[in-house]
Amino acid sequence: MTDQGVTPYRRAYRPADRRLVGGVATGLADHFGVPVLWVRVAFIVATWLQGVGVLVYLLLWRMLPLQNPELSPGLESATRRGLRSGNRAGPVEIAQTAALAAIGVGVLLLIQSTGRGINDNLFGPLLLGVIGLAVVWRQFDDAAWGRWMRQTSGWAFAARIAAGAALVAVAGLYFLTKEGGWGVAVNLASALVVAVVGIALILGPWIAKLAGDLTQERRERVRSQERADVAAHLHDSVLQTLALLQKNAGDPAAVATLARRQERELRDWLYGNDEQPGDSFAAALKASAAEIEDAHRVPVEVIAVGDVPLDAEVVALVRAAREAMVNAAKHAHVDRIDVYAETDGQVAEVFVRDRGVGFDPDTIADDRMGVRGSIVDRIERHGGTATIRSRPGDGTEVALRVPVRAADVPSHPTPTEGGTP
Amino acid sequence: MTTLRVAIVDDHAMFRSGVRAEIDGPVDIVAEAEDVDSAVAVIAESKPDVVLLDVHMPGGGGLEVIRRLHMRHPETKFLALSVSDAAEDVIGIIRAGARGYVTKNISGPELLDAIGRVAAGDAVFSPRLAGFVLDAFAGTIEIAQVDEDLDRLTEREREVMRLIARGYAYKEVAKELFISVKTVETHVSSVLRKLQLSSRHELTRWANDRRLI
Repeated sequence: MTDQGVTPYRRAYRPADRRLVGGVATGLADHFGVPVLWVRVAFIVATWLQGVGVLVYLLLWRMLPLQNPELSPGLESATRRGLRSGNRAGPVEIAQTAALAAIGVGVLLLIQSTGRGINDNLFGPLLLGVIGLAVVWRQFDDAAWGRWMRQTSGWAFAARIAAGAALVAVAGLYFLTKEGGWGVAVNLASALVVAVVGIALILGPWIAKLAGDLTQERRERVRSQERADVAAHLHDSVLQTLALLQKNAGDPAAVATLARRQERELRDWLYGNDEQPGDSFAAALKASAAEIEDAHRVPVEVIAVGDVPLDAEVVALVRAAREAMVNAAKHAHVDRIDVYAETDGQVAEVFVRDRGVGFDPDTIADDRMGVRGSIVDRIERHGGTATIRSRPGDGTEVALRVPVRAADVPSHPTPTEGGTP
Repeated sequence: MTTLRVAIVDDHAMFRSGVRAEIDGPVDIVAEAEDVDSAVAVIAESKPDVVLLDVHMPGGGGLEVIRRLHMRHPETKFLALSVSDAAEDVIGIIRAGARGYVTKNISGPELLDAIGRVAAGDAVFSPRLAGFVLDAFAGTIEIAQVDEDLDRLTEREREVMRLIARGYAYKEVAKELFISVKTVETHVSSVLRKLQLSSRHELTRWANDRRLI
């Protein structure tokens, strides 16, 4: 039950949705942050060194775990019902990879023809064997494999597995016949070894996968339970909202607010991240915006770019931003407030903007506690700057900016003003 | 100016009639479709100037419609219209060739404005899309000297994106930066082009990783 933040090192995965053959190249490209083309070329280059590239590819294929994309419930359901198409590999990428693969085979043949390679008699069967393995392993990767193992049905799978196994067997046979001349005993022994190795290669991954499957299944179960809970909760809240809407049918403002809140909840659940307000800057800001939306019946649109964990400065920033939103909602007489938050890890900024009545910032000196105390002073106490731009009739924009503490400290929850639990 | 010819593609009949009621008149609604196959058929036949395209639809979604039509009818412009805020889909449909993205709760006049802009060959960026773009291209601004580099935004383009994300209309952006609206449009179109053409691997990875932060 560890989550992403707790693992001490970053793991490489083979992305299930974007792989062409085994997903090794794509996975490595993601891991190292380089274009996938470079990785593929690197494999070709490594192949030149006595076919190391092929070996490494096969080893990594076996060792890197397959990762299925984790989509939000809304997207997952849309994908399942065919309402969206995923980012499948384009024809250019497929053509490019095929060309690279051809070069790879060419490189192998070249090694052979220059006499640097392995015994000519072994080359053919080995190549055949490797292709056979790839076919079989590709099947292991598919989610349907697990079902097939349990149900023992599905002709296509059986056929493909058989084809893979047959290739391995043919390779073995070919090898044995070519190697003729040795004693019968040696032949028998080699045949046995080849058979055992073949079987181990085919079944090994499956055995290794059993353990992984169990964890996967457990996680899947927890997740589906969570989803059932959330679905039930949403179900209740939607019904509640509908009841309230009927009751308030005569009050357009109330209807709009109720609908908006329901929309926000559903949207968060379907397409958003399930983050808690205490988690981070963006989440806290969104939570504040939601409160104001409900309390003042004004839609608040929050756009957040980047995110940082909460610390004292960021909490102050969120509170000041909240105050600015309250002011806009109360005094600006607008039907929409735009909030933009951005952080690059060193500085966090929030802009709260409305197109409302505006005011003259010079006249707010003492009588408007909200602006002075809760916004400007609060931000300045935390080493930041607050600018308020407004002109009567021309809307208002509050720009807030605070420095963020070095974020490279391991994520122990920092004690904050609000005292997150 | 001749009336723009518009097609509405959405699997919800109620939404289609709602949009029709709001914008029919100022623009000419020449076709409606409710799934990928029928959309491809009616668009190929009626050749509208602008297609209002739902992101999620039976048959593979708006993405599939663009994939099938973009090569054959490059003169048809697509404006994505959706309730889904999922970055994966928004960026995906823009990269496929849509010239803008707006959410379904957009008002009639705003939608008309967006249609006009798209028809004129400009791009329509909502605050949310601008936010996604900034997020996706984050971390590479300091070396943004060369205009033609597809993998990063120039300082000016970033400024424009930031203002749009802050809720500024194009006109307000122009006023704020002391440039003309036409220049703002040029910058936004250039960002759109980068978004579509950049092979920047971070773009795909960003969209995929976004949920794992």
